[in-house]
Amino acid sequence: MMFQKKTNVLALTMLVIIVLATITAQWWLPVSPSEIDPEQRLSAPSVDHWFGTDDFGRDVFARTVVAAQVSLAVGVLVAVFATLIGTVLGLVSGYFRKVDFVLMRIIDGFLAFPALLLALALVAALGGSLVNIIIALTLAFFPVMARVVRSAVLQVKNESYVEAARTTGAGHGVVIGRYVLPNVLSPIIVQTTFIFAKAILAEAALSFLGVGVDPSTPTWGSMLQEAQIYLTLAPWYSIFPGLAIVITVLALNLLGDGLRDAFDPHNIKRKRKVKTKAA
Amino acid sequence: MSELLEIKDLHVHFPVKKGLFQRPKQHVKALNGVDLTVREGETLGIVGESGCGKSTLARSIIGLQEPTSGEILFNGKDYTKADAKETREMRRDVQMIFQDPYTSLNPRMKIGDSIAAPLKAYNKTDGLESRVKELLELVGLDPDTHYHKLPHEFSGGQRQRIGIARALALEPKLIICDEPVSALDVSVQAQVINLLQDLQKKLGLTYVFIAHDLSVINHMADRVAVMYLGKVMEKSGAGSFQTKAQHPYSRALLSAVPVPDPVEERSRERIVLSSELPSPANPPSGCVFHTRCPLATDRCKTEVPILEEKNESGQEVACFYPIEEPASAGYAAR
Amino acid sequence: MLQVNNLHVHLDTPDGTVKAVDGVTFSIEAGETVGIVGESGSGKSVLAHSLMKLNPEPPAAYPEGDVYFNDRSVLKMNKKELRKLRGSDIAMIFQDPMSSLNPVFKIGKQLIEAIQAHRKRPKKEAREKAIELLRDVGIPDPEARIESYPHQFSGGMRQRVLIAMALASEPKLLIADEPTTALDVTIQAQVLELLKGIQKRYGAAIMIITHDLGVVAHLADRILVMYAGRLVESGSAEDIFYRTAMPYTWSLLRSIPSVGGGERLVPIDGQPPSLIDPPAGCSFEPRCPFATEACRHVDPDLKERGSGHEAACLLSFSEFESLKEGVVSS
Repeated sequence: MMFQKKTNVLALTMLVIIVLATITAQWWLPVSPSEIDPEQRLSAPSVDHWFGTDDFGRDVFARTVVAAQVSLAVGVLVAVFATLIGTVLGLVSGYFRKVDFVLMRIIDGFLAFPALLLALALVAALGGSLVNIIIALTLAFFPVMARVVRSAVLQVKNESYVEAARTTGAGHGVVIGRYVLPNVLSPIIVQTTFIFAKAILAEAALSFLGVGVDPSTPTWGSMLQEAQIYLTLAPWYSIFPGLAIVITVLALNLLGDGLRDAFDPHNIKRKRKVKTKAA
Repeated sequence: MSELLEIKDLHVHFPVKKGLFQRPKQHVKALNGVDLTVREGETLGIVGESGCGKSTLARSIIGLQEPTSGEILFNGKDYTKADAKETREMRRDVQMIFQDPYTSLNPRMKIGDSIAAPLKAYNKTDGLESRVKELLELVGLDPDTHYHKLPHEFSGGQRQRIGIARALALEPKLIICDEPVSALDVSVQAQVINLLQDLQKKLGLTYVFIAHDLSVINHMADRVAVMYLGKVMEKSGAGSFQTKAQHPYSRALLSAVPVPDPVEERSRERIVLSSELPSPANPPSGCVFHTRCPLATDRCKTEVPILEEKNESGQEVACFYPIEEPASAGYAAR
Repeated sequence: MLQVNNLHVHLDTPDGTVKAVDGVTFSIEAGETVGIVGESGSGKSVLAHSLMKLNPEPPAAYPEGDVYFNDRSVLKMNKKELRKLRGSDIAMIFQDPMSSLNPVFKIGKQLIEAIQAHRKRPKKEAREKAIELLRDVGIPDPEARIESYPHQFSGGMRQRVLIAMALASEPKLLIADEPTTALDVTIQAQVLELLKGIQKRYGAAIMIITHDLGVVAHLADRILVMYAGRLVESGSAEDIFYRTAMPYTWSLLRSIPSVGGGERLVPIDGQPPSLIDPPAGCSFEPRCPFATEACRHVDPDLKERGSGHEAACLLSFSEFESLKEGVVSS
């Protein structure tokens, strides 16, 4: 199902390439990303410098690849933490009606702020380090996850197999862990990929606005910010990190859509129906 | 026979929330004073149409629904007032078989694990696998090949067997069967009904058997209770409910079931009830059935008939004008 | 009036091609009531939808056979002709009265639209016709109820409204796909009486599809029994119930509990076969109590067992009668 659609395969291949290339960067990059070459300032793409050079004569290709390390790390960690927190809160909130009201009002409070604005305020308050950015973005994105999980739990909770588990004496922990969670995993996984993509965009935006990580480590956002004044003079300086963001986020969104289709209960149900009909 | 389950004046009311501010305005009286007893080893059939409260009754007995008032005594002990530990012990003896075999099994759990779950919940893990296999065999499934399969690999009838195996795992005394065959095809229905009857004989089980299908109820049940709008209209004693039913609603139900016999069908007199079920949020005054009853008088609109035995028939009827002449044997023999 | 000739309907699924209808031939005369009985997955619903070419294509395909309505091929009709067929000649009532009405429009508006679709006429006249139809299907106080929304009606009332909508086009054939399955018995009795009355008043032929043998015994003049995509027996109600000539029909009748209660049920063992890869011989052979070696290889056609009574079984009527005797007496 998942691999029958070409876009899904393409998206997954792209992501695997991007991640592998980023992780192994230090072993294969021909030029160091921090090597300054004053004679080559803002030179156009060439055989030596595939993506051209920046205002210090540093290789834009090498910097784009290295910047991916930060961007992807932020994306992955935010996706993981937001998923963990959101899932736990969503499970508790959806399952226990008494906690639900309080938890959901708190989450509504979080959701009342635009995610980026919330992150911006938090980073401004906490100070711009990698850890703080991850904390800020996690806080910005977990409420959405909690909402998604909660609504999935509310649905699953009413399935009769959950009631059946309760009548056979299973405690709440067992019911949540063995009956509810496995059946809400699909929306969680889909949402995780979307948070991954959104976190990369948000990190870029924060860096662009100058509240990102330490300026000495390149990120896609900070590269764009440095490049914007040379936009007409050296368009490649902006284009390539920009493209990197677009491709990565696009691949993640495509993957998320593909996963959503693959997990779609209607698709699964239709298949099952035909099967039982045939059986 | 001793009484295993006693239900006394059970009420379950649900608030109906209306409007933007969700203020509870009315109450749906899903159960409105139900008295029932179930004796050890028998099958009590409960019939009624949708909205009569039969599923709420099942959920209350099994402990999924907290009653608004009333008592549920199991082996003489009141469930509704027991503490958590006692409730858990009692629950072990009361299990349930669900209506829809497609949604009552966790789709992501192997069926062996589904059947083992109740055993694990009560820490009966010694010889777990062999016990599960024994249960699979008991319900007519193959213990070795079926153990590690997922629910979607089974047909509806097989899934219902799995549900039965799970209900039997803790060796319960009482099993609530909530429409256990209504989702199944006719030919498969018979397999499951026979299985339930065999198990009852073999294991000495007591059943509360809920269904809307009168022919299934008649086939399974020793005694029958007819429910309408949260109340019990009639309780039949032992023997055929088919001929003994005295309440006009029971008679209407019986006559409404089309029988698979064209000549009988064409000649049968059918009591077609005129209007539809009143809202359970706003039940009629007096006898709740008077709005649809062909025999209703002014008395029925104001006075509430009590469920009581009339004329030493062994039959309890909540009606001022019970029909005493026996119903035509109808479709008794094919 | 309606003639179905060796109809095959295939459904394309990820697991393979399902032969949902596998060579079905029958006809319906004007004004008669035909019941199609079968279990889920027997192809009865797909067959009914084929009569109006309502199965979505894909996954459905019609590789062989045809449906003729008044000698015109339904399967070869273009969109416009199909619309006309569905709007005025054949109408359908569906199983689920809850989801077959548009919840945001008043009953009257939906009914008037159905009337206008059949024949253009002044709004006022259409409205009067709508009220008349609602009265015909037994909705009390139709002048007021015409202004109600679907959610203000109970399930039984909605099914009545749907029947009224189907009647709006004055159809010659009314197809009812499990019309009472979602309803309670007392309401079912009302709807069945209504269908009977309609038959008398409107003279439309009715094809009723159901799994409930009691319902067909009540309504149908003629009964078609479907199993695994094929017709296995057809005949008058008396033929099917009293002179059963096909082991499947007979086993099905034996497996239902009678209202009288009593003796142990005789279920049909096993499950219906896969329609993707059906068995080579008779499709009922694996579950048949009387199957012989020959049944495994020969797929029997419908053969005459009496006037208007046909069954698909290798056993002759008398052979089957004596086998039945043997089982019942033992």
